[in-house]
Amino acid sequence: MKYDVAVIGAGVVGSLITRELSKYNIKIALLERANDCAMGATKANSAIVHAGFDAVPGTLKAKLNVRGVELMKKVCSELHVPLKNNEALVVAFSDDEIPHLKELLERGVKNGVPELRIVNREELVKLEPNIGDTAVGALVAPTSSIVCPYELTIAGVENAVTNGAEFLRNCEVKNIKKVDGDFVLDTTLGDITATYVINAAGVHSGEIAALIGDDSIEIVVRHGDYYLLDKSQGSLVSRTIFQCPTKMGKGVLVSPTVDGNLIVGPSAEDIDDGDDVSTTPVGLDKIYVNAIKSVPAVSLRNAITSFSGNRAHPTSDDFIIGSSKADKNFINAAGIESPGLSSAPAIAEMIDGIINELSGGFEKKENFDPIRPEPVRFRHMTTEERAKLIEKNKAYGRIVCRCETITEGEILDAIHAPAGARDVDGVKRRTRAGMGRCQGGFCGSKVVEILARELNVPMNEITKFGGESKIMYHKTK
Amino acid sequence: MLNYDLVVVGGGPAGMAAALKAKEEGVEKIVILERAETLGGILEQCIHTGFGLHYFGEELSGPEYAGRFIEQVEKTDIDVFTDTMVLNISGDNVVTAVNNNEGLMQFKAIAVVLAMGCRERPRGALSIAGSRPAGIMTAGTAQKYVNIDGYMPGKKVVILGSGDIGLIMARRMTLEGAEVKVVCELMPYSGGLTRNIVQCLDDFGIPLRLSCTVVKTHGKDRLEGVTVAKVDDKLQPIPGTEEYIECDTLLLSVGLIPENELSKDVGVELDRVTSGPVVDEYRETLHPGIFACGNVLQVHDLVDYVTEESQIAGKGAADYIFGKKKGGTFINTKGINGVRYIVPQRVNIEGEENLKLYFRVGQVYKGAKVVVECDGKILSSKKKVKLAPGEMENVTITTEMLKDMNKDSEIIVRVEE
Repeated sequence: MKYDVAVIGAGVVGSLITRELSKYNIKIALLERANDCAMGATKANSAIVHAGFDAVPGTLKAKLNVRGVELMKKVCSELHVPLKNNEALVVAFSDDEIPHLKELLERGVKNGVPELRIVNREELVKLEPNIGDTAVGALVAPTSSIVCPYELTIAGVENAVTNGAEFLRNCEVKNIKKVDGDFVLDTTLGDITATYVINAAGVHSGEIAALIGDDSIEIVVRHGDYYLLDKSQGSLVSRTIFQCPTKMGKGVLVSPTVDGNLIVGPSAEDIDDGDDVSTTPVGLDKIYVNAIKSVPAVSLRNAITSFSGNRAHPTSDDFIIGSSKADKNFINAAGIESPGLSSAPAIAEMIDGIINELSGGFEKKENFDPIRPEPVRFRHMTTEERAKLIEKNKAYGRIVCRCETITEGEILDAIHAPAGARDVDGVKRRTRAGMGRCQGGFCGSKVVEILARELNVPMNEITKFGGESKIMYHKTK
Repeated sequence: MLNYDLVVVGGGPAGMAAALKAKEEGVEKIVILERAETLGGILEQCIHTGFGLHYFGEELSGPEYAGRFIEQVEKTDIDVFTDTMVLNISGDNVVTAVNNNEGLMQFKAIAVVLAMGCRERPRGALSIAGSRPAGIMTAGTAQKYVNIDGYMPGKKVVILGSGDIGLIMARRMTLEGAEVKVVCELMPYSGGLTRNIVQCLDDFGIPLRLSCTVVKTHGKDRLEGVTVAKVDDKLQPIPGTEEYIECDTLLLSVGLIPENELSKDVGVELDRVTSGPVVDEYRETLHPGIFACGNVLQVHDLVDYVTEESQIAGKGAADYIFGKKKGGTFINTKGINGVRYIVPQRVNIEGEENLKLYFRVGQVYKGAKVVVECDGKILSSKKKVKLAPGEMENVTITTEMLKDMNKDSEIIVRVEE
């Protein structure tokens, strides 16, 4: 297949780039080696749209973070992705840490972050009554928000596909050659030809760049464990609570999620295998010890799951965005660690600029539709709205996931959406079926049944997340 | 709005027994709301035998036990909505439910019986380190795959937790050709029934390792193995005792949690130990007209006891509906010295019938006595060959004993070694 642009990697960055470019009259393919989008760092991070005070002034991180925050509102509103402006606090736990807050405030001002201020303990306790006893003050960042990163990514891919882009799953890039001025990507789905390649391959972006002889990208895999706590803990804090950042990152945070859970993490440990997302006892312990310093009421008895993600830490310490030195038509969007989610809309905008300059300007589509329709969310509806909905389509009257109140209709929507769900975790990320306190104990088998029926395959071909992640083997005797 | 005398939430053994008893007592308009496609609850997937020994005096399979009650329900004019999920119960006993046939429905009830059962504790609640591949599931989920869907969820199996479902699934998976390598139990004793340990593990040569847990899972797509380790008396893994066991499936049988989300929404007070509602001897919660029975009230090991308890709730609801339930003077029950909890938590000293207090102990005792006392006076004392956390026990309080109690009395049950 011949494309104008091939985007490698369907994380939040690849998704929003593809969506941005789908407004032009060009052929785009989004290549993802997994069975779904949002399968790397995108599905396992802190889910924060950072205000932008942390990045060193003058870096791409600083510039794109602040711009990303501006763009995020529009992107989320067009894609119908919940974005909650819940503010953030960086808490100092001793007077020694107060200068650190001042430094962050100054940095933020330089980066153009509005409304930053420092509060003393008295004010801090008013803002967050459950804050730890040793907290002495905090930097308040009113422009900080929370968003669900995989929801944003899925919505972006859906919208891109609606606007003509192709989403190719299970498509791992093995090699890249240059033939007659075009790239030929040797993939698990066969050869794919493209004039421009965008490298958004996350922890593997160094390896992908190396395929065209660009060895300049050095990525360290930075592993982070998280706990997700039950909704009964979701209102312990209303703001995102950071501790003072260290060399290894922004430290352990305690934050509500847009869905009302409490997220606690991450740990930070550099590892070799970018695909190893095993949680570690040391990491999980460390999170807990740090979390209760910020919010002593955090209780692991209410943990509903723990997970980990690998951030692509560039040794250069800044995002690597732009044409490769090896080939100008190969554009890197690499080393996207925190604040990568916050910056993603701005990275897409920047790549859009770069590729248009290279191509001399793509022609815009007349019928580009930036709107991704709002998915049905039965759990958020009033009784009247629910009654009307079921009248129109009875599948919305059948509750499949009892913990999160997810209907069969929503699961069908998730499967039949553009770039829809193909596995149990895909249904879970799109609908929240299986994300509640029983973690799919009851609805898991029903979801398998529905997937098998809708995809017209036997139940034992349905996987948890693609590959060899089969849930069932042969039939019983 | 649909008007009923009694709305029963849940059509498992508890809900059916409560509804049938209320019918027998003369309650006219009764409806059972069941979220699954059929009545019967979890019994439908429990195809092993061992049900009914106490209640029917014969050994039945789960579906047979349920079937006897389903038949009775069908013979009455009790309305049944299956595939119907209750979304909410309001303070004035209006139950909102939904299904894909009738859509949203609202039932106004004089009395409500909560019989939603329980769910299994998932992996997330355990914080086992390692990867998150396919092949890690609760024993009950595996039971559904094998017995209802007809597919094998694994070939080489490790089971964590020796609760009854785990034990039953050890045997079931073995019979279906899987290799069950070991059952690991964190505690120094099993949480399951002795008969299940004998019939499901010993008879098949499946080892049970006590004071042992899974500390890590391995494998990227599908589970490839687990690391197990011994634990010390604080239940912490002992370094140096780790052992890797190759397996493609980890079944979890690490506890059941009563499903009280609806109860919490309506403001029913819960017992911190049972995670079920606080009830009196009629199984009425502290919210007037709302009753609870079965595994939503306390986790049972035998369905026969569920039936017994639910009939009490059905009778209680009927009395409430007919205005027969008078005030009375209620005192508290309390478990101490090894008795973890007691159901019911409240007893009417003006009650006119003997009643049973159900309880569980916190550890294994051999040859210990169960002592019931009130106001410093010993009411009964009975020596037991064995007391174990996996087996629910009961003591009887006679009307004779109640006579001497007053509003400030407290009934205490304790273990004496």
